[in-house]
Amino acid sequence: MSRVISAPRSQEQVLSTNKVLKNTYMLLSATLLFSAVMATVSLFLQVPPMAYMISVIGAMVLGMFVLPRTANSTSGIGVIFLITGMLGFGLGALLSIYLQLPKGPQIIGTAFAGTGIIFLALSGYALTTRKNFSFLGGFLFAGMIAVIVAIVASLFFNMPALSMAISGAVILLMSGFILFDTSRIINGGETNYIMATYGLYLTIFNIFIHLLSLLGIMSDD
Amino acid sequence: MELFLKITFAILLLMMVWRLWPAAKDQMENGPKGSSAEWRGFAIILLAVVLFVALLIAMVRG
Repeated sequence: MSRVISAPRSQEQVLSTNKVLKNTYMLLSATLLFSAVMATVSLFLQVPPMAYMISVIGAMVLGMFVLPRTANSTSGIGVIFLITGMLGFGLGALLSIYLQLPKGPQIIGTAFAGTGIIFLALSGYALTTRKNFSFLGGFLFAGMIAVIVAIVASLFFNMPALSMAISGAVILLMSGFILFDTSRIINGGETNYIMATYGLYLTIFNIFIHLLSLLGIMSDD
Repeated sequence: MELFLKITFAILLLMMVWRLWPAAKDQMENGPKGSSAEWRGFAIILLAVVLFVALLIAMVRG
């Protein structure tokens, strides 16, 4: 018997979990909307493609070094808007490249709809079944490390097959993270709604980016 | 400039691996282990995602 049978949760714990869940989804909606606004601004300003990588680097620095220190205070909300705003701005630069392709608008629309459907279906599944997906932790973290190493290799070696494999792996890993993160919120494993929002936002952002890449390669454009 | 950005990005990614490693090791060694039914359920979900992505690819190609 390796499984731990948890004690029934008190009403106070259930209320606290519901509050974290509600705050997470409200902040997630606001940050996604803000990212969309920033992406539109970036598209209108016609920023160069390099802006994408600069934004991602800036957001990574903030996410790794600033957000964990501010997530327990109100300044954490400002930091998460800064991160998601930067990622949205960078996304605009990437979208401008796709818009120049013959099937560009169709690829962007399909990636957008696909990301929305994957996220809603998986988070809806985790929320309604209330299953505990904590057993995925080891698999997801190990997979993430392997993918990051492959991404570093792909930065310096231009191999379309490797890019496709990475995109496919990231979509599957992020799908697992949606289940894992949502289940952690439901089961009280994540009590900070700013960090919970950051985790879910990154899964959505990564699925969209890699779906865009996969559809771009496979559309023969 | 592009090479400089790539090198910076690569360094940040490797730093992320360095930070993720202890959590990954702990999860692999001490994290809860799923039953075969739980893993089968997860595999079915992943298969559904794969089929859905294949459908999206067919839509943009067709």
